Order: sequence, then C-alpha cells, then structure tokens
Amino acid sequence: MRPFEPGATGAEPRDSATASATPPTTPQPAEQLRYARWLDWGSRIGLLALVLVFLAYGLGLSDPHVPHDRLPEVWNLPVSDFLRATGLPTGWGWLAHAHRGDIANLIGIALLTGSSLLALLALLPLYAQRGDRAYVGMVAAQIAVLLLAASGVLTLGH
Amino acid sequence: MLLALLCLAAPVHAATAAGAGAADMPWWFWPMALFVTCFLMGIVAVPAGIGGGTLFVPIVSGFFPFHLDFVRGAGLLVALASALAAAPMLLRSGLANLRLALPLALLASASSIGGALLGLALPVAAVQTALGLTVLAIVTLMAVSRKSEFPHVATPDRLAAALALNGVFIDGATGRRIDWQVHHTPVGLVIFLGIGVLAGMFGIGAGWANVPALNLLMGAPLKVSAGTSGLVLSLVDSAAAWVYVNRGAVLPMIAVPSVIGMMLGAKIGARLLNVLKGSVIRRMVITVLLFAGVRALLKGTGVWA
Repeated sequence: MRPFEPGATGAEPRDSATASATPPTTPQPAEQLRYARWLDWGSRIGLLALVLVFLAYGLGLSDPHVPHDRLPEVWNLPVSDFLRATGLPTGWGWLAHAHRGDIANLIGIALLTGSSLLALLALLPLYAQRGDRAYVGMVAAQIAVLLLAASGVLTLGH
Repeated sequence: MLLALLCLAAPVHAATAAGAGAADMPWWFWPMALFVTCFLMGIVAVPAGIGGGTLFVPIVSGFFPFHLDFVRGAGLLVALASALAAAPMLLRSGLANLRLALPLALLASASSIGGALLGLALPVAAVQTALGLTVLAIVTLMAVSRKSEFPHVATPDRLAAALALNGVFIDGATGRRIDWQVHHTPVGLVIFLGIGVLAGMFGIGAGWANVPALNLLMGAPLKVSAGTSGLVLSLVDSAAAWVYVNRGAVLPMIAVPSVIGMMLGAKIGARLLNVLKGSVIRRMVITVLLFAGVRALLKGTGVWA
C-alpha cells in the first residue's frame, strides 16, 4: 500500500460559491474533496425533494394514503399496529404507492439516506488508482453494509 | 431559549397527560409544535456543542403523543440531515478526515443495523428505560468530561501507521497549521462498534460518544474529532435509517417538520455562536437533558406514564 501523504493537493475542482464561503484551508486529499462534492450535491437534492414533496403533502395538494385528520389515531401506535391499521407497505413496497402524498415523502428520505452511497461509489476509482487496497476494500465493505440495510432483506419477516 | 423550549413542552405534555386533550387537538397542532420545538432545539444545539439528534429523541418521546418507534426513526433522520449538511464544508477544510472516519464508520454502521433491529424488536418499555439510562449517562459525560484541544500523540499505533490515519488543518483561531496523528486505534474501533448499536437502537446522534472517543482516547485534535464525528454519523445513521424506513417506522408528518425545524434552527444557532455564551447554554441543555432522561426512565418503568 502506498503511504498516505498528509496535505497532498487535491485534484478535484471546487465550485466558486463554496470556495469563497470557506475560510483559508490546507489542500486536502483528492478523494476527500471528491467525497465532499458528491455528498454536498446528493444531500442538497435529497433535502430539496424532501421539502417540496412535504409542502405538497402538508398543504393538501396531493392525496395522502392516510388522511391528515386520521393521523392522531395512529401515530401513537407501535409500528406493527400502525401498519395493520393503515395498510401501508413495508420494504420497497412504498414505490408502487409513491403517487400518494404521504408516501411520496419517502422519495426525499431515500435520496437523503442514499446520498452517502453515491459519494462512496465515486471514491472507489481514486483509491484503486492510488493502489490503496485497504481503502478499496473498506469502501467496498461500507457500500455493501449500506446496500444490505437499504435492501430490506434484514427486516423481512418482522 | 431553553425556557421557551420547556414552556412549549409543558402544555404539550399537559395535553398528552389529559388523554382526551391530546385527541381533541387538531391534527396540525402536533407537527407545528414539533417544528417549533425542533427549531428551538436546533438553535441551542450548536452553541451547546451537541447534535440536535441527542436532544430530539428524549424530549420528543417524553412530551409528544407519538410512539417511540416513529420518534426514533425521525431522530435518525434529524441527526443524518444535520451531519450531511455540515460534512462537505468540514471535509474541504480538513476538520473532518475521511481516512480516519471510514474504518470507524464501517464497524459502527454495521453494528447500528443490529441496534436498529434490536430496538424495533424489544418491548417499548425496555427501550424507553434503556434510553433514560443512556441519556443520564450522556448528561454525566457532558458534565464531567474534559477536552483536549491538541492532544499529544508521540507515535501512532501500528494500525494507525498502516492505514495512515493522520492529517493536517489550519486552526481558524490561531492561524496555525496543525499536523496530527492518532493512537489506540484497535480500542477505538471496538468502542465505535458499541456506539453504532446505541445510535441504531435509540435513534440518537452519537456525537456525545464519538467526540470523546476520537479526542481523549485516539488523540485527534478536538476540532478534527468534532468534524470527523459528524462524518461517521452520516454513514452510521444512513445504515440505521434504512432499517427504520424499511420497517415503516418513518412517518413523514413527524420526520420532515423535525428535520426542517432543526436545520433552520441550527443555521440561526451557528449565527448566534459568538453572541450566546456557550458554557451557559451547555449547562441549561444539560439540565433539560437531565429532566428528559428522568422522564424517559420513569415512563419506561411505568412510574410516570
């Protein structure tokens, strides 16, 4: 494994708005800057989707699966009873009902929760180019952990 | 500010305790109250030096009518959104270190999945009691733990040297270039394994545990510890949050106002950082957490249902 060079100049370009907003810094490793850039955009898109879809839902512009005025009857129930009372799906079953106002919010939540995954995928080629096998393995394992959690396999049968 | 938080929580709790009162409230009262509460929590969390997620779960589960399953799901998203919002800037400035975060986050995110599954499988009273005890432990840790701005690490351990767990940043306060390295990495990895379980089980951000582990145990500078802790949290909470999403334990009407309120509040809190007296805010937050921890404990044991 090639040794890490503290303060090695990053090759990733930065957008001018971000560059002017941050205080003076030492150049950081290229993979760190790439991860920051992907995470930044991924989380911004996720948050924007979250806010827009919720506004449509909260203002009643889209029809929810569970009507607003029924929520106080069910939000104090354990999740298993809640699912039985509302008929909401588990796992990725929500995708089939994403046209419903309340369920559509899961799009923004999934984008936000998945933003680290894309940033990790963007790291792999850089670590591979550096010949840093330990970190290629670690990033691949982290991606596997997140995919396993996201897949819903672990929550089947509950 | 803290007084406002408590004043808001009091009528909310009164309405809940009244039983019929909670049901009589219009549906929009609770999301609005949640938004305002989270906004206030966001303001105080920054100067107090803790993540909003640490405040969210004990306070909302104690004083709002939502089931703990949904509060934990929302708590994870609150902590995740806050961590994601701060991480890019911290990475660019070197205050968060990706190389240091990745091995810690890998173990903590794997164990957080186990914690989330365990939390959703255990009886709610057991989780509530354990949450109360954990919050009281956090209060103790916040009250007694010391901090070391620039710990001295003479030589890195073998694992830290092999993984090149070191970095450099410019300290904004002094303008000095700080080169750092870490030690005690194997013990740190074990501790992060445990931190992941707690984060997944209770839906609380784990900055309160990450920062002392990175700073006092592994010897990372305080600012790097705080920044890297956020980066670790962004991965740990992502893994645990998927479990809650897949189990149906994320209710948008609870989660989204919380996330937005907390993020808006945190922006105000960051601007007020130089105006508010951090030590005073911190003491008040410790008091509120103490109250919320006792409340969770008594709720879990059935003494104050």
